[in-house]
Amino acid sequence: MPAPPPAPRRRSTAPPYSLWRLLREGLRAQAGWPRAWRAAAPRERYQVVIVGGGGHGLATAFYLASEYGIHDVAVIERGPIGLGNVGRNTTIVRSNYFHPANIRFYDYSLRLWEGLEQRLNFNTMVSQRGTLNLFHTEAQRDLFTRRANQMRLLGVDAEVLSREAVQARVPLVDLDNGRFPVLGGFLQPRGGTVRHDAVAWGYARAASALGVDIIEHCPVTGIRCAGGRALGVETARGFIAADTVCLAVAGHSSRLAAMAGLTLPIETHVLQAFVTEGLKPLLDVVLTYGAGHFYVSQSDKGGLVFGGAIDGYNSYAQRGALPMVEEVTAAAVTLLPALAPVKVLRQWGGVMDMTMDGSPLISPTPLAGLVLNGGWCYGGFKAIPAGGLTTAHLIATGTPHPLAAHLCLDRFARGCTVDERGAGPYPYAH
Amino acid sequence: MLRIPCPWCGLRDEVEFRYRGAMLARPAAAAGIEAFTRFVYARANPAGWHTEWWLHVAGCRRLLIVRRHTLTHAIESARDALDAPAEPAP
Ligand SMILES: Cc1cc2nc3c(=O)[nH]c(=O)nc-3n(C[C@H](O)[C@H](O)[C@H](O)COP(=O)(O)OP(=O)(O)OC[C@H]3O[C@@H](n4cnc5c(N)ncnc54)[C@H](O)[C@@H]3O)c2cc1C
Ligand SMILES: [Zn+2]
Repeated sequence: MPAPPPAPRRRSTAPPYSLWRLLREGLRAQAGWPRAWRAAAPRERYQVVIVGGGGHGLATAFYLASEYGIHDVAVIERGPIGLGNVGRNTTIVRSNYFHPANIRFYDYSLRLWEGLEQRLNFNTMVSQRGTLNLFHTEAQRDLFTRRANQMRLLGVDAEVLSREAVQARVPLVDLDNGRFPVLGGFLQPRGGTVRHDAVAWGYARAASALGVDIIEHCPVTGIRCAGGRALGVETARGFIAADTVCLAVAGHSSRLAAMAGLTLPIETHVLQAFVTEGLKPLLDVVLTYGAGHFYVSQSDKGGLVFGGAIDGYNSYAQRGALPMVEEVTAAAVTLLPALAPVKVLRQWGGVMDMTMDGSPLISPTPLAGLVLNGGWCYGGFKAIPAGGLTTAHLIATGTPHPLAAHLCLDRFARGCTVDERGAGPYPYAH
Repeated sequence: MLRIPCPWCGLRDEVEFRYRGAMLARPAAAAGIEAFTRFVYARANPAGWHTEWWLHVAGCRRLLIVRRHTLTHAIESARDALDAPAEPAP
C-alpha cells in the first residue's frame, strides 16, 4: 500500500495553532483568533468547483491543493460548513471490511487519520480506542474469523476475542442475556472515533490556507452542460464556470446528478443517531452488537453516542421516526442492561445516499468534466481522508486512484458490484 | 411513525409492513441488457412524491402500491398491487 503523503507547505500567513498561542490568547481575553477560514465570494471561473462542503468535498479540495498543486478550487456549500452528515454521524472510524479492495481503501484512510492532526494543524481528537464487534452464533464467529484472517493477510490489525476476553474488556456487557448470549468478539485495536465537527473545520481551514475558496450559503441549482461536457454550475449567486465539477453532496447525489441528466444507482435514506446524558467513564471501546443493529461509544464529554440501522424507506426528511428509536434502544438495554435508567438527551437524523451494493462511488461520469464522490451510505465518515485524496487524484490526473478504482460507477453495468454483505440490489438491506 | 391505509386492513402502523422500494415494471424478457441494468440498478430517487411497494407482512400479506412524499412522509394513496400498473424504470 502507498505511504501516506507528507505534510503540505502552508500558504496562509495566519500563525499555526500551538500551545504557545493558546497560552498567549489566554492572557489576552482570546481576542487574537482570526476566522479559521476566509469568507470567500465566488469568482467567475475556477479550475475545479466542488459542490458540497462536507467532509469529502473539503478533503478533496485540501488534497487537490496539497498533493496535486491545484489551488484554483472552490467548494460551494448551500448552508454553513459542517451541518451535513459530516457533523451528524456517530464518529466511528475503522477498516474491518470484508472485500479486500475495501480493506485496502479504508485502511489507507485509517492511516491518514493517524497523522491527520499534524497535517491539518487541528485537533480532530483521533482516538484509537478499538472497535469491538460482538458475535452471538457460531456462523457469525466463523464469518468474523474469516474477516480477521483476511485483514491480517493484508497487514491490517484484527483479533478474535474469547467470551472471557470480552468480559474483561467490557464488564458492562450482559454475556448471558436471555436471547442472544455473547460467544466472543472481533477487535480492531486501531479503530476508534474522531471528533466529526473538527474534521470539517480542520479541512476547511487547511484548504483555505492553501488558497481554496470556501463559499458558504450558496446552493447549486443547476449544472450547465453542452456537447456531453459539464461547463460549470448555476448557483444562487450566479453561474460559476469550471474545467471540472465534482459532486460531493452525500444524500443529495441523485438530485445533483439529475441536474446533469444522469440517473444514479442510489436511494436516499435516513439514519438516526442518539446521545445520552453525560456519564462517568464506563466504556473505553467502540462496541457493536451482533444480534441487532446497535453500536455505541462514549464521547469525551461523557455522553454515550449510539446508533442503529436506517429507517428503511426513501426519505429526504433529515429526521427519524419512532420505530427505529424503539428498536435501537431495545438492543441497547438487551446488550447493556445497566443503560436502562440512562436518559437520551438528543436524537437526530441525516439523509444518505444508499447505493444498490452498499459501497461508495468515486468515479468519472458519462459527462466529461463531471466527477462524482458519493454513495457513502452510513459509512463515509471514516473514509473522508482516503475519499478526498482519491477523488483529488481522479480530478487531477483523469484516472482513478488504484485504491479506489473498484468504486467506479460502471461497476453495476459490468456486473462487478462490491457488495460487502451479499445482500443484493436492495439499498434498504445494506 | 407512518400510518399506511391498507385497502384491506385499514389504517395500520408502518411496523406491520416491509418496504420493497420504488415501484418499477419489469422489462419484457427481450428488452435487452441495458433495460435490465436500468431496472435493477437505476433509481429516480425523487425528493417529492414517490410510488413504492410495501408488503403488508403482519396483516393481509398483500403487496401494496403506496404514493408517499419523501420530504413530508405524507401518504396520498395505498392500493392493492393488482389494481395498478407499475412504472417503467427511469
Ligand atoms: C446518523 C449518521 C451516523 C453515521 N455514522 C457514521 C459512522 O459512525 N462512521 C462512518 O464512517 N460514517 C458514518 N455516517 C456516514 C457519514 O457521516 C457520511 O457518509 C459522510 O459524512 C458523507 O460525506 P460528507 O461528509 O461529504 O457529507 P455531508 O457533510 O452531508 O456533505 C454534503 C454537503 O453537500 C451539501 N449540499 C447538498 N446539496 C447541495 C447543493 N444543491 N448545493 C450546494 N451544496 C449542497 C450539503 O449541505 C452538505 O453540507 C453516518 C451518517 C449518519 C447520517
Ligand atoms: Zn393489509
